[in-house]
Amino acid sequence: MQYSVNEKGYYGNFGGAYIPEMLYPNVEELQQKYLQIIYEPSFQAEFQQLLEDYVGRPTPLFYAKRLSEKYQTNIYLKREDLCHTGAHKINNTIGQILLAKRLGKTRIIAETGAGQHGVATATVCALMGYECIVYMGAVDIERQKPNVERMRMLGAEVRPAVSGSQTLKDATNEAIRDWINNPADTHYIIGSVVGPHPYPDMVARFQSVISEEIQEQLLEKTGHSNPNYVIACVGGGSNAAGAFYHYLDQLDVKLIAVEAAGKGVNSGFSAATTYLGKPGIIHGSKTLLMQTEDGQIVEPHSISAGLDYPGIGPIHAHLFDSGRGEFFSITDEEAFKAAMMLSRTEGIIPALETAHAIAVLENISFKKDDVVVINLSGRGDKDLMTYITRKEEFMSK
Amino acid sequence: MHTQTKIANRLTTLFETKKKNLLNIYFTAGFPALEDTVTILKALEKSGVDMIEIGMPFSDPLADGPTIQQSSEVALENGMSIKKLFEQLAGIREHISVPIMLMGYLNPVMQYGVAAFCRKAAEVGVDGLILPDLPFDEFNEFYSSYFEENNLSNVFLVTPETSDKRLKQIDESASGFIYAVSTNSTTGGAKDLKQAEGYFQKLKDANLKNPLMIGFNINNKENFDFACHYASGAIIGSAFVKAIKDSNNLENDVQNFVAGLR
Ligand SMILES: Cc1ncc(COP(=O)(O)O)c(C=O)c1O
Repeated sequence: MQYSVNEKGYYGNFGGAYIPEMLYPNVEELQQKYLQIIYEPSFQAEFQQLLEDYVGRPTPLFYAKRLSEKYQTNIYLKREDLCHTGAHKINNTIGQILLAKRLGKTRIIAETGAGQHGVATATVCALMGYECIVYMGAVDIERQKPNVERMRMLGAEVRPAVSGSQTLKDATNEAIRDWINNPADTHYIIGSVVGPHPYPDMVARFQSVISEEIQEQLLEKTGHSNPNYVIACVGGGSNAAGAFYHYLDQLDVKLIAVEAAGKGVNSGFSAATTYLGKPGIIHGSKTLLMQTEDGQIVEPHSISAGLDYPGIGPIHAHLFDSGRGEFFSITDEEAFKAAMMLSRTEGIIPALETAHAIAVLENISFKKDDVVVINLSGRGDKDLMTYITRKEEFMSK
Repeated sequence: MHTQTKIANRLTTLFETKKKNLLNIYFTAGFPALEDTVTILKALEKSGVDMIEIGMPFSDPLADGPTIQQSSEVALENGMSIKKLFEQLAGIREHISVPIMLMGYLNPVMQYGVAAFCRKAAEVGVDGLILPDLPFDEFNEFYSSYFEENNLSNVFLVTPETSDKRLKQIDESASGFIYAVSTNSTTGGAKDLKQAEGYFQKLKDANLKNPLMIGFNINNKENFDFACHYASGAIIGSAFVKAIKDSNNLENDVQNFVAGLR
């Protein structure tokens, strides 16, 4: 079984590039050039240096002693929350801005849900002197205010997406429409392993630094580069793809993907795509998708803006379909409680997205000598308002 | 490469008999009200349009600007679906003689089943499909036989950025006509058509085997005439949808809109 992308841009039955002709020249250019560009020595040198000196890589792999005691196993936290801007998202935006430069583009657009990808994009645009426009759902602009202000301070224009559920899906629609209207000068920095080929593979490659480091760090700390489990939350699935990447073919490593169940998978307010979705097409990719019988895309729900997406990257649809990945879903409440728990157990306030990955510890029974790596995809500063205002609702139960 | 059987339907017949100033009007099925679909079809036929493109509403219309986004949203709220549309179109050929195309995004068609969709479309008297996010290679590899079996034309889009080589490939696979997107934009844009003159001229000189229709950004008689100078005709969508959006008398408003273009 092949878990990485094939030459046509598919992961098993999923992937491809289902795009209108208006996007074809840009997407085709990326398909033809992305591998060549990103493996050029000069690109790699610049990329690696920025990851080291600007992002702060390698990020630590932290043995979480008290958490390990609580769950009677050995838990390591991959500290992507310590990346510059506070999440893994910047690994990808550094890569894509260097790519945009080599493609001769002068204007950058992006979509964002939690605002982490928007901030990471605004950051690299400031760093490189690029014009930057970030589309963000009007609902998300409300619930992730600090990130909106950060983007503006970094010089980006934040444009509200007011259609549909006014969340990540709609912001992505608006970004794609912008690209259709501005094909010549604009590069679209997609924030997850979604979209038409080659985006899912390109973003996964930029994020693969996460599992590359985990391998080295685990080897040094435990004598083995393979853990028993790698756990990550999945919105589109970029932090998970990065954390899984070098383990895809290591079948002794269990890959655990955690989706947002929202108010419950059967509540009608959920974003648990593998549970609720069927194969379909969203944002140029064939993947699992929450949709009606008539093929209309269903509006998802999650307390976490970064997981509030009705699809999933095609790599994850394939991991699910093939059984290589094991998928769990975690409710708003479980995630919220896990965030509180991690804060007090390890002194780390996680992003709400990340809290879903933490919460799954309750659902898996580990052996005492298992080695469990959780990808701590981001920090919780951006979610402070939610943590304050909804504490009573969730923690009194 | 498969060898294409010749598709012959109302659309291909139209292009054989009329070569200039063809007017194709787009509207969204189930908008403004769910049961307006057939009323609008009849009014369009009566007003003398040459062909009609029925939009199948989709929740996430990536290639559309605000007007068609909104009409799609309302149509879906009204209860429009592919199933419902086929119900509305049953028997339509007793009233409508102009070619009818269905335009929409791939996902709803995929959920219906592409083979079943093509069969049903032909059964109700549809002549062709426009599915902008159906990749060209995938069409050739998997779907072209369904179109041929049902005598359905498949219309592909080209844009100012489409390379000459790809234009030739698309022309080889298309049947019915080539849909030339006038400028780099989503539907309902307001870019100046004059900027596209060079591109239109290039298309006109390309000696395509399929007729050419120009669409997007065409919203009045002046633009329509300009586009017709380079192509067999032109397609008007958003401007028409806007014109009937708040209509109290569809028949009159459709008549007036079309009269204004002729
Ligand atoms: C901290 C954090 N984790 C996870 C995600 C979800 O994205 P992905 O599934 O692509 O990693 C986001 C998205 O905004 C995020 O900010």
